[in-house]
Amino acid sequence: MTTSQTLTFVLMDAPFESARTTTAFRLLHAALSRGYDVNVFAYEGAVALSFARQTGHANAVHGRDAAQEDHPLPKDWIAQLMNQARACGAKLNWVNCGLCVDERGVAEAVEGVRRGSPADCWKMAQESRSTLVIATK
Amino acid sequence: MSAYLLIESRDPFEWSEVARTYELATQLRAAGHEVALFLVQNAVLPVRAGCRRAGLDRITGTGIDVLADDFSLRERGIAATALLNGIRPASIDFVIERMAAGWKTIWH
Repeated sequence: MTTSQTLTFVLMDAPFESARTTTAFRLLHAALSRGYDVNVFAYEGAVALSFARQTGHANAVHGRDAAQEDHPLPKDWIAQLMNQARACGAKLNWVNCGLCVDERGVAEAVEGVRRGSPADCWKMAQESRSTLVIATK
Repeated sequence: MSAYLLIESRDPFEWSEVARTYELATQLRAAGHEVALFLVQNAVLPVRAGCRRAGLDRITGTGIDVLADDFSLRERGIAATALLNGIRPASIDFVIERMAAGWKTIWH
């Protein structure tokens, strides 16, 4: 059964590597802002986007400590999207491919992100109005 | 007939296969489908008026809706008022609207 209110996005890129990640987060934000329920299936390097142990760092060249540098971290963006979803009355269902998580050793994810499998990707697509796959190079 | 949203993220100066996206858009349109081409990231580089066209000028005016992501334009210092004729700036919301309307959406 499909719903006109759910959109699915499939992500592959690892954090800090590509502008595709930035665009993907812009799309997620736009979809949630409009009240759509959003599924995200992250696989390959994208399973590291939600890794809870991401840590910022200082910038010695510019003379900033870690707090001043305020290094952006994708795990924080995901947490903020979760908050945004709640505020907009929408759902953000973020699933990491378990196979890819194991390969990369990034099992610790931020709250709200769950481990799944490729079967979840198929199920998400079946139950969505539309699915966008943002492939890596 | 179906509706297709093609999202192009690469610039044609570095990636020769971008021409295939333009061809796909043209062929889908010729087959009677509704087609929109949304340019994002470096794909907005050739939309500047006066730029070497790299094939984009063959798409405008053919019934294909060609849009350039306004955020990508601002990032690259491209004025929204200085675009190739037939291309208009649009927000990323355009993609969400088309997805919600059931358009088949393909990213390159």
